[in-house]
Amino acid sequence: MPLGQIVPPEQAATPESSPKPWAATIPRRRLLRMLGLGALAVAPMPVLPELLRTAGSGRPLEPVGGPRKPATTRDGRIRQWTMIIDLRSCDGCQSVGGPPRCTAACIQGHLAPEPMEWIEVYEQELAGGGTRFVPTPCQQCQNPPCNNVCPVGATFSTPEGTVLIDQDRCIGCRICMAACPYDRRFFNWGEPPTPPEARLADYSPEHQVPARKGTVMKCDFCPDMVRAGTLPYCVQGCPNDAIYYGDLEEDIATNGKVVVSASRFLSENDAFRQREELGTKPRVYYIAGHGEAVGRDAFSPGRAETEWPWTEIVDGAVTWHR
Amino acid sequence: MASVSVWQDRLEETALAPVRRTTARFWALVAAEVAVVAWGIYAYTVQLRDGLVVTGMRDRISWGLYIATFVFFIGISHAGTLISAILRVSQARWRTPVTRIAEFITVVALICGASFVIIDLGRPDRVLFVFIYGRWQSPIIWDVLAITTYLTGSIVYLFVPMIPDLALFRDRLAGRTSRWRTWLYRTLAIGWNGNSSQRRSLAAAIGVLMILIMPIAVSVHTVVSWIFAMTLRVPWNSALFGAFFVAGAIFSGIAILIIVMAILRRTYRLHEYVTEKQFLYLGYLLAAFAAIMIYANISELLIHGYKLEEGAEFHLRQLFLNDFAPLFWFYLIGGLFGPIVIALVPATRNTLGVVVAAVLVTIAMWIERYVIVVSGLRVPLMPYTPADYAPTWVEWSILAGGLALFALLITLFTKIFPIIAVWEVAEDHEATVSAIELTPPAVPEMPAPSGGTYS
Repeated sequence: MPLGQIVPPEQAATPESSPKPWAATIPRRRLLRMLGLGALAVAPMPVLPELLRTAGSGRPLEPVGGPRKPATTRDGRIRQWTMIIDLRSCDGCQSVGGPPRCTAACIQGHLAPEPMEWIEVYEQELAGGGTRFVPTPCQQCQNPPCNNVCPVGATFSTPEGTVLIDQDRCIGCRICMAACPYDRRFFNWGEPPTPPEARLADYSPEHQVPARKGTVMKCDFCPDMVRAGTLPYCVQGCPNDAIYYGDLEEDIATNGKVVVSASRFLSENDAFRQREELGTKPRVYYIAGHGEAVGRDAFSPGRAETEWPWTEIVDGAVTWHR
Repeated sequence: MASVSVWQDRLEETALAPVRRTTARFWALVAAEVAVVAWGIYAYTVQLRDGLVVTGMRDRISWGLYIATFVFFIGISHAGTLISAILRVSQARWRTPVTRIAEFITVVALICGASFVIIDLGRPDRVLFVFIYGRWQSPIIWDVLAITTYLTGSIVYLFVPMIPDLALFRDRLAGRTSRWRTWLYRTLAIGWNGNSSQRRSLAAAIGVLMILIMPIAVSVHTVVSWIFAMTLRVPWNSALFGAFFVAGAIFSGIAILIIVMAILRRTYRLHEYVTEKQFLYLGYLLAAFAAIMIYANISELLIHGYKLEEGAEFHLRQLFLNDFAPLFWFYLIGGLFGPIVIALVPATRNTLGVVVAAVLVTIAMWIERYVIVVSGLRVPLMPYTPADYAPTWVEWSILAGGLALFALLITLFTKIFPIIAVWEVAEDHEATVSAIELTPPAVPEMPAPSGGTYS
């Protein structure tokens, strides 16, 4: 029994036989106090964030640059941005040759890091055979699953009904990417390439330049461009004028060539929204078609691969795959 | 009652032995664990420098090994709650020698699990934003709250029942150990002298804590599952998810407890207290939870498979036939049916069998977490080719570092704190002995200290 040799038997005393005098005088109260403190340590945990927020900075849950006044119509109603994509006029740029122009214009305009396609042209199987091309920007949901799950309010809805991301707030947990049912969110897995002039850009969630490593990005719906009197890059880039941008509040939409009444245009052409059954209430509408208006046959599949030509101007640009 | 006091001395010496004597093998083990942790830290610095691009995760499978390991660690943290609280409430006597180990596993697993969330962040420098800008609507905030509350509660629940044993260490090691230890035990024993009013306070405190800790523990793994279940992904779209995750958590918690117990019993010669009985009872619990897990899996997979909504067919094919088939079949056969078979067959119904079952379950449950995370994200949402995910050396290294940290903290703990709940074991023994004295024919069940046969 080697253990018995370590300590002589007279040392083998129970705690009761050697009480400390100082402890014996106030043991119970002191013990209770310690136990009470331990229990109290548990209690405030659920209210801690609120306490810290109150005690900390007074920075509101708004993007960098402070709250901006929403865009309004002339009589003061808040604009409700919308996009209508006429699939009858989209052939995935087969007739043009090269990658889809909407994606290319968006990439060039936003300096989107490779491999981000904020507006991505999916080729979708038709029920009766053949395919159609579906340019898919962020669907700008009115019940956005991504906003609901964001722990820090880095992604948020604006009064104009768009969903934006503040890369200065984003912690990179990527739960919004798990939540988005349209695969419309992109992560800066590495240090995104930044051209020298982009460092001078005035960053805002509406204009996500320069990109930040370890944060999520996506289509911002270009409200800054519309306010400045131009159309979003993708609308400008479309050679077939298939993409309309507009305001549901004023009931107006344009592809840069014609102006339509948004509601009549949607109703008369049986517009639909992607994955309507999910209840996300997107702001991006589609008019069914497969490019027939620009002479595409439903059974001519395939489109050119997207390219990121702007990254060539940055030395040692880091890229990755989807 | 001379026999009782001899027995008590031996118990105390067994509890004190790890603190009194440190072998070269112990330091070799610590060095090995520190080396693996250091390697993991090196891998993490690579990730900090280059970004998450060094992992196998990409936009379409945006969570992987880190989140799976986070869920796994939070799961095994349920070891402490189950053994300590549930068995304490049900007054199961056999639990007393293993409670301390179980409670410490809880605290360590929570620390390791929480660090894997931070490792997974793209911007770990902004982790405090969770407190500054936290939104109640986000399941991640629910997790932060549940896990911090559970961690605080577990530390209290580890500490309070340890007070009498810390006082024992304080008294028995007075003047024979280093100054910081003397100070540590005196401080942590908070003046315990074992009088009746202190004992009453302690019993009351434990009574409150063991009730409080159970809803907290259940809530923790429920909200962990809600990180997944609150999204619009077909494989995660389940109201069962909370209960399924809690059951899995307790299941893996029992398994890890069995493994740690087996190692500590052998290292510190605890065979007199941690007997085959403890292993068998925990083995039965393991089998019972395996049955619950089988039920949950049938319920989950049958409902998806029967209706076969969009995405469900793809999901079931990748689980049973394609990418995840080897992992998933191992989980089903080795991890769920294995422990039941081991508990049922008399030839394997022993300590070794239970330990083998526990190892199977631990591996299977890590695999289950991995498959849930990765397969759930892999089901395509839009018309694109399904993405693939394979962890890189950085992810494997950080995983190894995390597991080594878990082992390291437990190793160090055994050298500082009493690994057996001495006073609880002694109380049980006294109760048993007095019961035996009332009924003379019975023979005390007391194997020799070195009588264990498990190797």
